[in-house]
Formats: sequence, C-alpha cells, structure tokens
Amino acid sequence: MTTLRDILSQGAQMFLVLLLAPLLTGFVRKVKARLLRRRGPPLLQPYRDLIRLMRKDVVLAENASWLFRVIPYLIFAGTWVAASLVPTFGSGLLFSWTADLIAIIALLGSARFFQALAGMDVGTAFGGIGSSREVMIASLAEPAILITVFGVAMIAGSTQLSRIAEFMGSSEVGLRVSLGLALVALIIVALAENARIPVDNPATHLELTMVHEAMVLEYSGRHLALIDLSSELKLLLYVSLIACIFVPWGAAPADSGIQAFVFGAALYFGKLAAGGFLLALFETSIAKMRVFRIPEFLGAALMLALLATLLRFVSGSL
Amino acid sequence: MISVALWAVAALLLLAPAGIALSVHPRGSTVLYGGCLVVTLTLAVTALINLLDPFHPTWDATLPVGLPWLGAHFRIDALSAFFLVVVNLGGAAASLFALGYGRHEDSQGRVLPFYPAYLAGMNIVVMANDAFSFLVAWEFMSLTSWALVVSHHREAENVRAGYVYLLMASFGTLCLLLAFGVLAGGGNYDFDAMRAAHPSAALASLVLMLVLLGAGSKAGLVPLHAWLPLAHPAAPSHVSALMSGVMTKVAVYGFVRIVFDLLPAPEWWWSMVVLAVGGPTATMGVLYALMQRDIKRVLAYSTIENIGIIFTGLGLALAFKAEGLDWVAALAFTAAMLHVLNHALFKSLLFFGAGAVLHATGERDMEKLGGLIHRMPQTAFAVLIGCVAISALPPFNGFVSEWLTFQAILLSPQLPSWGLKLIIPAVGGLLALAAAFAAACFVKLFGISFLGRARSPCAAEANETDHFSLGAMFLLAFFCLITGILPGFFIDALAPVSKAMVGNVMPHQVGLEWLTIVPIAESRSSYNGLLVFLFVVICGSAAASAIHRLASDRLRRGPAWDCGYPDPNPAIQYSASSFSQPIRRVFGSVIFAAREIGEMPPPSSAAPARLTVEVHDLIWNGLYAPIAKGIGFATERLNVLQFLTIRRYLTLVFVALIVLLLVVAL
Repeated sequence: MTTLRDILSQGAQMFLVLLLAPLLTGFVRKVKARLLRRRGPPLLQPYRDLIRLMRKDVVLAENASWLFRVIPYLIFAGTWVAASLVPTFGSGLLFSWTADLIAIIALLGSARFFQALAGMDVGTAFGGIGSSREVMIASLAEPAILITVFGVAMIAGSTQLSRIAEFMGSSEVGLRVSLGLALVALIIVALAENARIPVDNPATHLELTMVHEAMVLEYSGRHLALIDLSSELKLLLYVSLIACIFVPWGAAPADSGIQAFVFGAALYFGKLAAGGFLLALFETSIAKMRVFRIPEFLGAALMLALLATLLRFVSGSL
Repeated sequence: MISVALWAVAALLLLAPAGIALSVHPRGSTVLYGGCLVVTLTLAVTALINLLDPFHPTWDATLPVGLPWLGAHFRIDALSAFFLVVVNLGGAAASLFALGYGRHEDSQGRVLPFYPAYLAGMNIVVMANDAFSFLVAWEFMSLTSWALVVSHHREAENVRAGYVYLLMASFGTLCLLLAFGVLAGGGNYDFDAMRAAHPSAALASLVLMLVLLGAGSKAGLVPLHAWLPLAHPAAPSHVSALMSGVMTKVAVYGFVRIVFDLLPAPEWWWSMVVLAVGGPTATMGVLYALMQRDIKRVLAYSTIENIGIIFTGLGLALAFKAEGLDWVAALAFTAAMLHVLNHALFKSLLFFGAGAVLHATGERDMEKLGGLIHRMPQTAFAVLIGCVAISALPPFNGFVSEWLTFQAILLSPQLPSWGLKLIIPAVGGLLALAAAFAAACFVKLFGISFLGRARSPCAAEANETDHFSLGAMFLLAFFCLITGILPGFFIDALAPVSKAMVGNVMPHQVGLEWLTIVPIAESRSSYNGLLVFLFVVICGSAAASAIHRLASDRLRRGPAWDCGYPDPNPAIQYSASSFSQPIRRVFGSVIFAAREIGEMPPPSSAAPARLTVEVHDLIWNGLYAPIAKGIGFATERLNVLQFLTIRRYLTLVFVALIVLLLVVAL
C-alpha cells in the first residue's frame, strides 16, 4: 500500500511538473505584460505554441549532424529527470535517493553541455557566440550554485533534497545569516541559468545580445518545441528548488494522507505563483546587462555562497 | 603468482631489443604491439587476481640483482595491485590502439624498442619494494619516455620539449633520491626497514616536501608542470596516452607509497600543504587548457587539472587521517583512487581520439579542423563520450569520483583545526570552478574540431580511422560508462587499498538495493548512476516515440538560417580562440596577463583592422625564465675556464686540493 502510494506520488509529481511548466512561463509573461500595461498573450499560449511546433515539419540545416537531432531529446530527458527529483507538493519522493542535489545540478550541467554543443553544430557565427557566452556564464554560475549547495548541505547534514526539505521545515533551523546569503546567491544563479533579465533576455531576437536564443537559432519544429519545454521545465525546477529549500512549509511528508497532499499541492501552486510574480516584477524593474558585466553579477553570487559556507565552518549556529 | 608478473616484465624487457630487429620488418609493429598487448593483459589479470582475493595476500620476491648486499625486492600488495591494473589496462588499450595507429609511424626504429621498455619501467616502479629498485626503475621510465618524446626529433619543438623534460625528470629523481636518503637513515634501503624506522617529525616533514617535489614534478603539480604540456603532446599519440593517462598515475603511486605507507602518522599541517597545491593545480591546469588551440596540448593541460583533483582527494585523506577520522579518510582516499582509474580511462580515450584525428588530417591545430563528425562518425562518438566523462557529468565515471570528493569536503566541518576550516571550503570552491571550466574546455574541444564546417581541406577530406584504433576507443568508452553507472563494484574493489593506506574502508556498496552508492549513510547522501542513466534513456526515447507517433516525424533539409545572413565561408565560424575569448577576458587578464589590442584603420582607409591577443604564461616567465637566465649567465662567466693554459689548470687543481684539505681538517 505504501509502495503504491509512493509510486503514485512520484509519478504524479513527474507529470505535474511537465504539465505545469508551460503554465508558469505563461503566467510570468502575462504578469510582465500587465506590469507594462499591455494585455499580454493568454495564459495558455505556451501550450498552444508547443502543440503548434510539435506538428510542424523540422527544417534541418544542410550541415547538421546526427548529434544535432539527438540533442533536443537528451536535453529534455535530462531536465525532466532533474525536475522530477525536486520535491514539489510532497517532501518525501520515492526516487529521491537516486540523485542528490549535487547530481541534480550536474544533470542540468549535462543538458547545458549538449545545448552548447548544439549551438556549434551547424557552423554559424551566431551559434558559436551563444555557446561561447553560455559556457562563460556557466563557468561562474555552476561553482556558485555548487558552493551554495555545500553551505545548505552542511546546515542540513545531507545533500538529499527530501532530507533537506524535511530539515528546513523543522524547528531546528532557526534564522541563520548563512541561509540568507545562500538564498541571494541561489536567486542570482537561477536568473542566470534560466536566461532571464538581467543576464539574458528570453523575449529577444536582438542578435548581438542573445545567448540562449543564439544557441537554439537553427532549431525548428518538434526539436524547438522540446527545447522550449526544457527551458520551461528548468524555470519550474528552480522555483521549486528555492521553494523546497527556503520555504518548505506545507509540503506533505512521505507518510501522510490524501488531505495533506491536496493541501501541499494547493500551497505549492501558491508558491509557484508568488515566485512567478516576483520574477516578473524583478524583470520589469531592471535593465539587461552588458555581457561583460555578467561576470561581476555572478561573481557576487559566488562570493556570497563562499561566505555562507565559510560562516558554517566558523560557527555552527550562524 | 608474483613470478608470473616478473616473467611478464622480463618479456617486455626482451621485446625491447626485439623491437630493433622488428622495426625494419614491414609487419614488425604488429608483432611488437601484439606482444605488448598479450603481456600487459597477463599483468592486468594477475594484478586483478591479487586485488580481488578476499584474503588480500602480499606476494614477495627477491632477485639477486641491484645492490650486492640488498638484492632487488619486489612485492605486490593491494596498492601495487591496483596501480598495476591501472598501468596495464592503459598499456593494453594503448597497444591495441597502436596495432592500427602504430603502423603509420615513419620512424619505427625510434619507437618500437622503447615502447615495451617504457611499459616495463612503469611496472617495475609499482612492484619495487626497496628504494634502489624503485629509483632505478623510475629513472628507466623517465629515460625511455624521453626517448619516445624525441622520436620525431626533426621538429625543433619536440627537441626543446625533450630537453625541458629531461631537466625536470632529473630534478624529480634527485628529490626522490634525497627523500629515500632521509628515510633510509641507517642505510637500509628496504621499504620494510623504512616502515619500521620512526623518523622524527622534522625529518618526516622534510621527506613529505621532497616527495611533493619529486613525485609532484612527474605528476605535473603547478608550478612544476612546465614540462608536461610540452612533452606529452610531442610523443606519438599512443605514447601520449600512456604518459598522460598512466605515467602521471605512477607518480601518484610514488606519492601514496611514501607518504601514506612509509612515513609515520601524518602531522596535521601536511594536508594543508597538499591541499594548497592540489586545488590551484586543478583550476590553473584547466584554465591553461582553455587557452590552447592544439588538441593534444589541451589534453595535456587537462591532465594537470585531474592530477589536481587527485591530490585534493589525497590531501583530504591526509587531513582526516591526521585527526583520527579514518572513516572519512577512507572516503576521500577512495575518491582519489577512483579518479586515478577514471582519468586513466578517459584521458587515454581522448588521446587516442586526438591521434586518430592527427592521422586522418595531419593536423593538431583545432583552427584547421571542424566538421569531423561527418567524416569520422565513430571516432566522434567515442570522443564525445570521453568529453562528457572528463567534464564530470552524470551518468559517466568522472562525476562519481568528483561527487565522492565533494562528499568528503562536506564532512570537513568536523575537523578541529582552524587552518583546515578555512582552506577546505576554498579548495571546494576551486574544484567546483575547475569542473565548470572543464565542461567549457571540452565543449570547445569537441565543438571546434568535430562540429561545424571544415576549416581546411585536410579536415574536409578526412577518413574514418582503422578498426583496431576504433576498438580501443570503444572499449575505453564502454569502461567509462560502466564505471559511471556501476561504481559500487569499483569502490568495493578499492577497499583493501584504502584499508592498507588509511586504516579503514568505505561501507560495503554492492549489496545495496538497485546498486546505489551510499558513502556514509543513506540519510546523508546517495547516488545511483544506473537509475539516472536508465531514467534519462527511458524519458528520452519515450518522448521521441510519443512525438514521432502523435505529432510529426517529417523532416526536410534546407540552408542554415543564421538570422538571415548565412555565409558559405567556413572562416565565419567561431574559432578556438574566439570561443574562449569571454573566459580569457574574465579570468585571463590577471592570471595570464592577457590583453587584446584592436587596431582600427582611420576612416576612409581600406587597410584591414587588426586584433592582437597576448597571453603570457606567468609561471614560466616568473619562475623558469629567471632560473634559466641565471644558469646561462653563470655558465657564460665560467666559460673562461675552458681556455686556460696547462700551467693555470695545474694551479687550479692545486688550490682546489688545498681548500678541500682545509675543509677536511677543520
């Protein structure tokens, strides 16, 4: 019985993230448009875009190799697996022990590795510019998030996300300076990883400022749909991750009844909406940075994360 | 059983002179490399039998050669057996690769005799059980590899590489000689006697420093790495693979044998020295690699990075061992040893790939490659797996060893010492940086040389390499995957090594459900590469079949979009140096004093604009160049002594004699 419930919970979570991801993106776009006093596209527009793209033919560049065609599936699979291992409405996940937080970040790293390769496959100048800038951003964002994870894991005594969520929800945590620093670092990294303003602009085709869009410029049809869906999943993953580490309240523990799950799910929707709203608010109130200002922005995240970890080494209660 | 191993080494030594005769024969290389393959496989199996034996036997033998009162002692214990497996696995793969690749060599006489001798040298180092045999074998290994480095001696660059290598190798051996001299104290060069002797803390610390210099220079620790990126790429590719993948591991063996085995219990500050060298080595090595455009040189610099990761693991093991937390020391030590194996696997694979590309195109310069995935699809696939594995990405093997190292770092708040509390998070940060840079570096290596469009005619007309080479590459790629998804078996096999060196073992892994690895406790951390691999494969193929069936599976080819401005000229693509420009600009301005000077012609002038990029190797300029300059200056001054008359020489001899007598008298 418990096994069945665990499997159901894990499966529900897996498909929930897949179904919710376009909605979150649609919500962020809608809020952004309303903040700019525009009407904005309907909430369900990302779903329509995906379905439309899936049905279209793929137009493949003449020079594209087999790798170019495989990569969208690899990126999607890697991101989806990572997203299904982050607790959303319930904190105890059946397969949580498969990959801890470090492995989840590395899985996203694998997806990015292949994405950067895809940018270089056709041999265009824009693809190269995107890949080259993406690895520069990653070379700072990845250490920053890893060190943030070190800090959080040392406080929680585990790198297992379910455990971290349970620990953070308990009363043992208390207010800690290092957690505050880690939160800021994680938010900066999340902005960079999801190609949001001020690091990159998800809505642009302004050629010389784009990073993510430049890498996927040659994709079309179902391939583009999968890559867009992966980006939406990744945004959802980061919002869930921040929610599960820093506001874990309400998530149903593994052995709770159906009511707790419903309550957890409702609260999770609330968290997502709040995260999406804050993101839209932040994006409308700040301008995009020049490419070579990004390292300073991400360097700040790296330093904050290091400081958070060092504080943990210096004192057990900070 | 040790007699089997010794006979196998003797066979390798006999193959060396046979190589001279075989080098003139058209099928000679096939016979020689085939022989080496059989012998190294025998050695690997013998060592594996020792390593997997549940009773962990030590096999001893003494041969009546070497110092007359000592003889040559050999021993295979768990540590030797593990390194024998690594050496001979690498050796077997290189021999298999060379069955195809080695046939194209144009100066067989300069490679064939030295190749088996080099393999024999590495094997003897690992089996030696007294300082004399160890040092002789170490020097033999250095000299034979030097001969292989200068085998293409008509290229001035290779000769210079050989010269620098010879100097650094001599320096390293000198340091090890002094270290053994201090250890032997009473004049007994047997390792057992050294273990029994208890040198004072000061002497033991002196030995640590000497070993760090001696073994570290061979392994390529920054700043003793200067020879490595010159020498490793100069050799033929299968030898490059051995030097980078295997010989650096023999150096790691030397360090572990002396510091963990022969020396008494470590002082608390030793680990700080090792960590302070290991962490920066990892980051600097990969940053150097990012600045290169020669494929083999990228790989050589990335070896420095991986040695940094291994030494970081060893430093952590020393720290925990010194504080009595031997269960964490076992974790850090096992992580380092697993990375030794992993690096041997993927670095050999990547050097083989570079060799295949070099043979197919005649180019090592990435700026002249491109589009090889169309011309050499199988090589490209194998190299891609190597690139993912070395970038520490799941589900491949590089990730497992880095993950274990991170788990050890996360336990370090338990250490009481303040110095370590400050240095370990910094080293963790450096490792994280190195991992991210490594991914950037291998995106660049694969993306520039295998993807895109061909940048030169030789790349456009390349052909797939031969079956032996492909076989060797796929074998190693398979091992990379297996070690990545079933790491529990490898961790358990390393248990006797860790037991012997740090006195404890990691928890038994293989019996756990779903073959998960749990380094400490399940509540703390666990990772299951097998399930991650399966999940990714299932999700990816489910998505593919669902979309193809329900939505669309049509596909047409068209010209590239490129925002509406496609240009048929391949020079429009990003090049290796433009790819690393952002990172060069962010990190290189301090570390490499990198500068970009753009010269724009005045308006209305038709002259081209120019961009000059300067990258300086500050370690070479700041450390090696002044020493070389000082030696040059001194020798020029002393050159006067060459042109004296016989009367003056006699006077000099007389004065020298008087001075010596005075010294003795006082």
